[in-house]
Amino acid sequence: MGFWAFFIIFASSAFFLQWYATNKALRFNASIEEGPKLPSLPQYYGLFTLLWFIIPILSTFLIWTIFKPFLIDYLVIQKIPVNLLNSFGGNPSLILSTIKAINLQNIFPGTKQELIDLAKYMNELKYSTSSLFYIAILSLGLIGSSFTLKKISSRFRARQSVESVNIKLLIFCSTIAILTTIGIVFSLIFEAIRFFEQIPFFDFLFGLSWSPQTAIREDQVASSGAFGAIPIFSGTLLITVIAMSVSIPVGLLSAIYLSEYATNNLRAFLKPILEILAGVPTVVYGFFAAITVGPFLKGLADSFGFSIASESAIAAGGVMGIMIIPFISSLSDDVINSVPNSLRDGSLAMGATKSETIKKVILPAALPGIVGAILLAVSRAIGETMIVVMAAGIAANLTANPFDSVTTVTVQIVTLLVGDQEFDSPKTLAAFALGITLFFVTLVLNLYALKIVKKYREKYD
Amino acid sequence: MTKNFEKINDSLIKRQRSEKNFKLFGLIGIICAVSFLIIILTSIIIEGKKAFVSTYIKLEVFFDSKIIDPDNTKEDSVIKSANFNQIITKSILENFPEVTDRKEKIKLSTFISSSAEDELIKLIMLDKALIDQKKELWLLASSTIDVIHKNPEMLNFPEDERLIDDKESKWFQWFLSEEKIKFSTNKNFFSNADSTEPEQAGIWGAFVGSFLTLFVTLILSFPIAVAAGAFLEELAPKNKFTDFIEVNINNLAAVPSIIFGLLGLAIFLNVMHLPRSAPIVGGMVLALMTLPTIIIATRASLRAVPPSIREAAIGLGATKFQTVTHHVLPLSMPGISTGTIIGMSQALGESAPLLMIGMVAFIVDSPGSIFDSATVLPVQIYLWKSTAARGFVELTAAGVMVLLSFLVLMNTIAVYIRYKFEKKW
Repeated sequence: MGFWAFFIIFASSAFFLQWYATNKALRFNASIEEGPKLPSLPQYYGLFTLLWFIIPILSTFLIWTIFKPFLIDYLVIQKIPVNLLNSFGGNPSLILSTIKAINLQNIFPGTKQELIDLAKYMNELKYSTSSLFYIAILSLGLIGSSFTLKKISSRFRARQSVESVNIKLLIFCSTIAILTTIGIVFSLIFEAIRFFEQIPFFDFLFGLSWSPQTAIREDQVASSGAFGAIPIFSGTLLITVIAMSVSIPVGLLSAIYLSEYATNNLRAFLKPILEILAGVPTVVYGFFAAITVGPFLKGLADSFGFSIASESAIAAGGVMGIMIIPFISSLSDDVINSVPNSLRDGSLAMGATKSETIKKVILPAALPGIVGAILLAVSRAIGETMIVVMAAGIAANLTANPFDSVTTVTVQIVTLLVGDQEFDSPKTLAAFALGITLFFVTLVLNLYALKIVKKYREKYD
Repeated sequence: MTKNFEKINDSLIKRQRSEKNFKLFGLIGIICAVSFLIIILTSIIIEGKKAFVSTYIKLEVFFDSKIIDPDNTKEDSVIKSANFNQIITKSILENFPEVTDRKEKIKLSTFISSSAEDELIKLIMLDKALIDQKKELWLLASSTIDVIHKNPEMLNFPEDERLIDDKESKWFQWFLSEEKIKFSTNKNFFSNADSTEPEQAGIWGAFVGSFLTLFVTLILSFPIAVAAGAFLEELAPKNKFTDFIEVNINNLAAVPSIIFGLLGLAIFLNVMHLPRSAPIVGGMVLALMTLPTIIIATRASLRAVPPSIREAAIGLGATKFQTVTHHVLPLSMPGISTGTIIGMSQALGESAPLLMIGMVAFIVDSPGSIFDSATVLPVQIYLWKSTAARGFVELTAAGVMVLLSFLVLMNTIAVYIRYKFEKKW
């Protein structure tokens, strides 16, 4: 039984069961002429039966899809003959990956017969186990629903049961956010620990040279590579500083103009335009930085008689700054708007001009909120990927020169992982070490910024 | 008195001047931001509009039976495997009888795209009577010729800076003067998947991949997010657990997208062994990323429903759950769907996490199901940008235009729903 056959049977029996249970409840109600009828509406009996059909099937199906590969691997490993195991150095996982690479339609000439047999066995297991499993879970669901069908009587309150199951489902949906966070932390931590088993933690954090490419081949002289992340952190910092020096002035000035000077019509017109900048995909900014800004800056520098890198930090950082303008402007706009009018009126009544009011009263009052907005923007800039992947360099230079080429944490994660499928070299594991650093830095920035903004809001609300 | 008055007057002039300057600074800030947007959009449109046409060369093709079907079998398999490249080379050489050198002949034959052979095969399959006939045809030119044709100023460059040498440039100019070269709409761009040849590469495969990925994202994230939002806003008790959920949601909204890619790589691929590069995995990763957006939108629009609705429902004997599912949720649906569309448009433009789960593969077929290898629009743009060939620059810009027009479309729908259906209480 294939997946689609299973799906059709599943869906049609679900429909039928709900209809049948509702009808049964209706008939039950009709048969009672005097005395209490069913305590809940008939449709709840249908829903209850449906839930007891769907939930067991879906939950076992999910668990099965997660554990099936492990089960099959285990069964295949049991079948491996001893002499084959010895010829692979006693490592069953090596045999497994060899088997998985065999294409049964087009077997590579010279493949060992034993390996082919194992591959066939594995294929067989995949199909036979799934059809057996589909039949098993369908009958499981039918057993669950047949029990509930029997329960339909005047003593059974279906609505309460349906609602409590539904509430539990809702709670489960809400916990997915927690599960995701846990998933992120654990997936990063496990791989990062494997990385730090090979490279000392402080060498990673404070090392001054980064060249993971040397670690590809094990027989190379410098097979351990160099995993000092300081050049990467400094590159990230440089690009972030450049981005901020574009976006903070432009974003803050725009926010002040929009909230204090612009007429309502102008504001309604300009605000959406600024928000378009936030809606443009980052890959578009990356393309713009690499194709237009980079060559333009290079040409400009050439005409002044000095040369800059074509993948300069200033091109990537400047374009990233443009991307961040709307974050700063719309957050600061909200913050400035929530400064109470009494402060404005008081300052204006004392004879201050509008700009003096803004500079001496409103901005100091709004400062915590603005700092929060800037911190959020910084975390955004640190985690931004596509612009730097497309417009910044790969080589890890330890420099503070904005016209030089630098690399960032996200660029390194992408270059280390794209196209590589081996998960035991320090090269790929380093990406997870960088990832967890990135995650924690942005996490701290976000939590701190959210706290500042929240506190600020409470102050004036 | 007058002294003080003058002093105040002077400082007043100064203060008013600084007031004016400050306002001007604000205006400059806005103008900067808006002009950045305009520069980005125009530079992309200028670059990208060229990709929507491609160059065709007019040739008189002689379908020589000696090459196509020497034994006169008339069988499809024989015709399909015939050397159509030779036919094209012959017909292009007819125009230049003076070319005899083998190397130069090869150079001339590369004027025509390799896809023209398939074109001829298709033509002859439709009408076998064409064999041994002559026919004037417009054939797709190769990418190099296309680039030169679109940027005629390149002909004046020194020989080593343009893509073609002096001889090729002479031949090209001959075609131009004879009016045997023209622009026509680039059908390949809208119907093909990726290719190594710029003139044959298209956006269709990436479009299908994006569609499948977003489909998975929508199916997963919409029900989960609406359920979570409804629970947290309407039904949840206020306690430490729900507070913790809220902190998590707010934090997930700000986690860098590439971290979600690492999560997908470590859990969906390495632990669950789901297929690499497939829309199912991409959709799952993007669903996790879109969840916070939709949850926050759901909660905002639930909050906008006035309490009188809830009180009326509860007063008539509805349970809390019935109140939410029968009354509050349907009323807030316009707001929720607006938020969902905005979340989907973010997911459509997202590429960093998809790089991590291998959706950067070079794929020449459009995917048939959510388990096939696929790529999506923004990743296709990234792939084309990383390709060195000159013709891909225009394709990349055109891809950006396609992506942006889809985003504009989705956001317009969102705004329309907001204005048309959202109730103001």
